[in-house]
Amino acid sequence: MSLTSTTTGSAQIVTVNAERIDATIAIQFKEDMRNETEGGADRVILDLSEVEFIDSSGLGAIVAAMKQLGSSRKMDLAGLSPMVDKVFRLTRMDTVFDLYASLNEATATSNS
Amino acid sequence: MVNTFAYSFLATELNARSGIGSVVERLRTMGLPEARAEEVQIALAEAVNNVVEHAYAGTDPGDVNIRCNLDADQLWINIHDAGLPLPDDKLPEGKPVDLNVPHADLPEGGFGWFLIRELTSDIHYERKSGNNQLSLRFEVSASAPLG
Repeated sequence: MSLTSTTTGSAQIVTVNAERIDATIAIQFKEDMRNETEGGADRVILDLSEVEFIDSSGLGAIVAAMKQLGSSRKMDLAGLSPMVDKVFRLTRMDTVFDLYASLNEATATSNS
Repeated sequence: MVNTFAYSFLATELNARSGIGSVVERLRTMGLPEARAEEVQIALAEAVNNVVEHAYAGTDPGDVNIRCNLDADQLWINIHDAGLPLPDDKLPEGKPVDLNVPHADLPEGGFGWFLIRELTSDIHYERKSGNNQLSLRFEVSASAPLG
């Protein structure tokens, strides 16, 4: 599990450098996200461009990472592959998160 | 024409990951359309994760046996294991999670069976001679409606 992070404007961009977020790394992902986002910007954009596959454990870990941010910060998701996008839409999690097709689209939208 | 193949592996998380990848790759080479192959991968991953995490919970992992039957119209995937039965020996309802709650109360799990039910057009479960036998049916045509 590897995360990298940059801050641009008013958002922190956290990039997931992994092809999968699944049961084997879900707990680690949640912990790494806690460390990475601690004390960061109010808006976190999770860049999933590298991620090709997510299962229900990975989905739960992303929800957990969002909840860790607390009520004053928000998490948006960017760069969803077709399979990742499908899991979010089937579970209706697309009603909880703002989804952006690409990181550029996410950064171009400043939703405070 | 019916194409059949079987694939077995020991029920660990890492074996499950590579095993599912191998099964889905083989289905692609047998002509399963890409969009459907992706849905099969999602459903199969949930079903096999359940075996790894629940059926063989608290014991040494046993085998997961997967058998695929693909014809022009439909794909059946049978998943057998010798682990613990499903609760009450029956399929979980797989209801959608309740998202109409404050963010702090959003569910972090309980998506698995719902995903399996959404992505399959038929599903059977039988507990027989100490084995779990789960069968998932998918339409082959990617344009066929889900569920």
